[in-house]
Amino acid sequence: MRFLPLTDADRADMLKAVGAKSVDDLFCDVPAQARQSGALPLPKGLSEMEVERKLSAMAAKNMAASDVPCFLGAGAYRHHIPAAIDQLLTRGEFLTAYTPYQPEVSQGTLQYLFEFQTQVALITGMEVANASLYDGATACAEAALMAARVTKRAKVLMSGNVHPHYREVTATQAKFTHLEVEALAPDPFCIEDLMGRVDSQTACVVVQLPGFFGQLSDFSALASACQAEGALLVVAVTEPVALGAIKSPGEMGADIVIGDGASLGVGLNFGGPGLGLMAVKEKYVRQMPGRLIGETVDADGKRGWVLTLSTREQHIRREKATSNICTNSGLCALAFSMHMTFLGEAGFTKLAQLNHARAVQLAERLAQVKGVKLLSKTFFNEFAVQLSKPAAQVVDALAAKRILAGVPVSRLYPTWPEMENLMLIAVTETVTDEDMDALVSGLQEVLS
Amino acid sequence: MSLESYTGNRGLVIEEPLIFEQGEAQRSGVDLPDVPDVPDRLGGLARKGNIGLPGLAEPECVRHYTRLSQKNFGIDTGFYPLGSCTMKHNPRLSEKAARLNGFANLHPLQPEATTQGALEAISLLGQWLMDLTGMSAVAMSPAAGAHGELCGLMAIRAALEDKGDARQIVLVPESAHGTNPATAALCGYQVVSIPANEKGRVDVAALKAKLDNKVAALMLTNPNTCGLFESEILEIASAVKAAGAYFYCDGANFNAIVGRVKVADLGIDAMHINLHKTFSTPHGGGGPGAGPVVLSERLKAFAPVPFVRQGKNGLELVEHCLGEAEKSFGRMKGFHGQFGVMIRALAYILSMGGNGLWQASSDAVLNANYLLARLSAELTPSFPGPCMHEALFDDRFLKDTGVTTLDFAKAMIDEGFHPMTMYFPLVVHGALLMEPTESESKQTLDIYVETLLSLAKKAKAGNAAEDFKAAPRMTPRRRLDETRAARSPVLRWKGEAVQ
Amino acid sequence: MAVLRFTNEHEWISFDEGVATVGITDFAAHQLGDIVFVELPEIGKAVAKAGQAAVVESVKAASEVYSPASGTVTAINQAIVDQPGHVNESPEGDGWFYKMSLNAPGELSGLMDKAAYDAYLKTLDH
Repeated sequence: MRFLPLTDADRADMLKAVGAKSVDDLFCDVPAQARQSGALPLPKGLSEMEVERKLSAMAAKNMAASDVPCFLGAGAYRHHIPAAIDQLLTRGEFLTAYTPYQPEVSQGTLQYLFEFQTQVALITGMEVANASLYDGATACAEAALMAARVTKRAKVLMSGNVHPHYREVTATQAKFTHLEVEALAPDPFCIEDLMGRVDSQTACVVVQLPGFFGQLSDFSALASACQAEGALLVVAVTEPVALGAIKSPGEMGADIVIGDGASLGVGLNFGGPGLGLMAVKEKYVRQMPGRLIGETVDADGKRGWVLTLSTREQHIRREKATSNICTNSGLCALAFSMHMTFLGEAGFTKLAQLNHARAVQLAERLAQVKGVKLLSKTFFNEFAVQLSKPAAQVVDALAAKRILAGVPVSRLYPTWPEMENLMLIAVTETVTDEDMDALVSGLQEVLS
Repeated sequence: MSLESYTGNRGLVIEEPLIFEQGEAQRSGVDLPDVPDVPDRLGGLARKGNIGLPGLAEPECVRHYTRLSQKNFGIDTGFYPLGSCTMKHNPRLSEKAARLNGFANLHPLQPEATTQGALEAISLLGQWLMDLTGMSAVAMSPAAGAHGELCGLMAIRAALEDKGDARQIVLVPESAHGTNPATAALCGYQVVSIPANEKGRVDVAALKAKLDNKVAALMLTNPNTCGLFESEILEIASAVKAAGAYFYCDGANFNAIVGRVKVADLGIDAMHINLHKTFSTPHGGGGPGAGPVVLSERLKAFAPVPFVRQGKNGLELVEHCLGEAEKSFGRMKGFHGQFGVMIRALAYILSMGGNGLWQASSDAVLNANYLLARLSAELTPSFPGPCMHEALFDDRFLKDTGVTTLDFAKAMIDEGFHPMTMYFPLVVHGALLMEPTESESKQTLDIYVETLLSLAKKAKAGNAAEDFKAAPRMTPRRRLDETRAARSPVLRWKGEAVQ
Repeated sequence: MAVLRFTNEHEWISFDEGVATVGITDFAAHQLGDIVFVELPEIGKAVAKAGQAAVVESVKAASEVYSPASGTVTAINQAIVDQPGHVNESPEGDGWFYKMSLNAPGELSGLMDKAAYDAYLKTLDH
């Protein structure tokens, strides 16, 4: 077996040193009835070539979004990742390191995480960011819990414009804690009234920018309303590229910004791993979940970085910790940070403008298609349309033509009949003119 | 001779400023097509003013990250005996597999008909995890070990509430990893601690005394954090069951017993499996991981969504708590879990096969026992062997030397080894917990043993404390001032933006 | 005449002319190591005997400070919030945590005096 260096002669020598007759003897503490007898019900090990052949065949059964016109978003966006990033990411010193508990031999990890924290804080317009959480949906639940700790209140007001998975994960967490989530109905027409619902019991209001149905809202007035009642404003961002083009949540007065960073550097990967982002006002940092990297000096007075404010975390605070999170999304944070570094200010803002302009081009074309009504008055790179037929049928019909047309809202909200004909369409820089032509003519055909 | 150079560089280890101290705003490492000239639809919300990001050209970016990588220790660099972390070899085939176009470039909300290969991969991995443990069901969506713990406890609480049984307490041994009590609290439970006995196992009498109809679950790590198999586990499991409670097993140390122990026969109701430990997916400097949870028959109905099932036209995802998932406790993760991590684990299991997995756990346990036996010549083992996959020592051998566990560990760094886990578990004083895994050769272990024995002798010989406290000397940075970092936190770069 | 008493949890309380002062003992400060963070109660807060009143943290440990007696907080030591290192320098002097009025000064008689506390420390395995 290629991964195992011990030889039978080594094993015999080592058993002698240990004073055991066989490896079986080392398992003497295992009750006899729980020992595995006989061979495992798994196939025999394979050579590298055979494994590759098997998995390639499995992968080939999928329709890769990169091989066809793809307009899918709804919380996961396909962007071009510079080739150098993946090459650098697989350097063993990054890939095969553990959490940087030994700072003297982890300055690489610590420095990139410090840079990551700074980048996330800058684009969200917030004061500090942590070193990542699992994904946007779990970060949303963490933000609700954090707001409850800060305000010592339990009520979470959840906008209907927040991603349904973020809403569901927060609702699941609420079932098992004192959190009370008031979830407003999904809101494709932007008619919900959040301001009127904030009161002195509200721990936080959770909104999304750009909204799940695409629209852009300025939450500044809502932030003031929250502040007046002592509640926190949590802004979710599922598409961080948008922050290169629009006013940041921090500028609007957000107290906590959460989101998913997988758009940058990480890629689709069928939706996982994601990259949970969280940025907050500095005064709340001691209630924040997740790891934090801080600057300091070493014994020779040279600048360096360490994990800090760890007393918030489970390994020290145990049941009183701000979260149970341990392993987070370190390598995804590196991928995100690299992509941000490669882009820089000029590249990041241009990428955002490009996404928006391409989305505007497609929206204008689709508005001319019979049976398609554009719902989003404002948007970044994703908008909602109302079709003359159930969206899931349309999507399936176009998939059969090798076009990934969009996300039918009914997939995420199956019990809401009024959502049946709604579809979300995302346009990133990866979409070509030919892709747009294919979608427009495909829709014309299917909807006629 | 001074080690100080003009640049501060030391040969191959080169000082590297923050990206914010390099470049200028107009430069970029990415070329993009021109932006079409169209009226915007941003509704007056266009960003005004600079973000403050620096701009670097591609060669500068590449050099930045290459230099940062050279300040890190990884499994690829050398022996990484970090106890309870299972730092085993990360095969590159797994990386290649996860990057196959049909896996990496798959959107999570594509029609199921276009993702049959991905659903097959999730389903196959799940089936193998059930086969390896003998358990009835598996939840594939948890993102990491602690998230798996949360999944298990949520399923347990949902099952109890389904019976109208509102219990408030979760029992956790004092040797447990911090995530266990933190998870119990996150699931709305009160934590009651159970002491260890003098053999490093749970004190069964003390456990039984605390088991009553208020206890929802016991969370027990097995093999435990002292590297020992809980030999009275069957008695524990039946006592837990008799009290009407559930048995959660923390499977962080599953690598020791894969193919050797049938988890289902231990009376366990739920156990998470860290794919980033046992099944070799890379730790990546702290993630991403994956923590699938195997479940017993009585918890099966409460498993989270989504899960994969066989439908009429192929595999399907059950994404909502409807129909057969009516009793599911809900969703705990966006989309379908850590798919990229699952593919890596699948590639590993395919490579190892049943025979290889059995041999791996055997070698992992043999390696740990070899360290325990040989190091006992100078170090003080906390408990007699045999151990499982890790060997635990305490700091009695350093008594009166002025050298602490921390000093000893830092001295190992100058010798080219990553330190073992220190000061954990909390049940022994100044713990040194070593987990060699099956990936290490006897030759590596022998050099490691000789190094540690010589360091121990040096400490015991006296007058060495100052020397130890100065370690490490040869690293990119020496010991860092953690007190300063915590007293006045600097959590982001705050200098002037490069213009 | 000032009364000085100690708890099992390593807090001290001195009571003099109607005002009690609370802090952590020299032993506790030493066990924690370099203190990096202190959180004090608000002035006017009612604290219960053995109830959590403050938090003190080092890099690797966090500890609750329990009030040795019941009463109302009348003053806090802002200097240790600004510079937590003061607690290490003088835990039983300038590094005091808060002052309080006592509901029942008689509660102090249940606590240890200096000699009893010193004897108690000797029984601890450290």
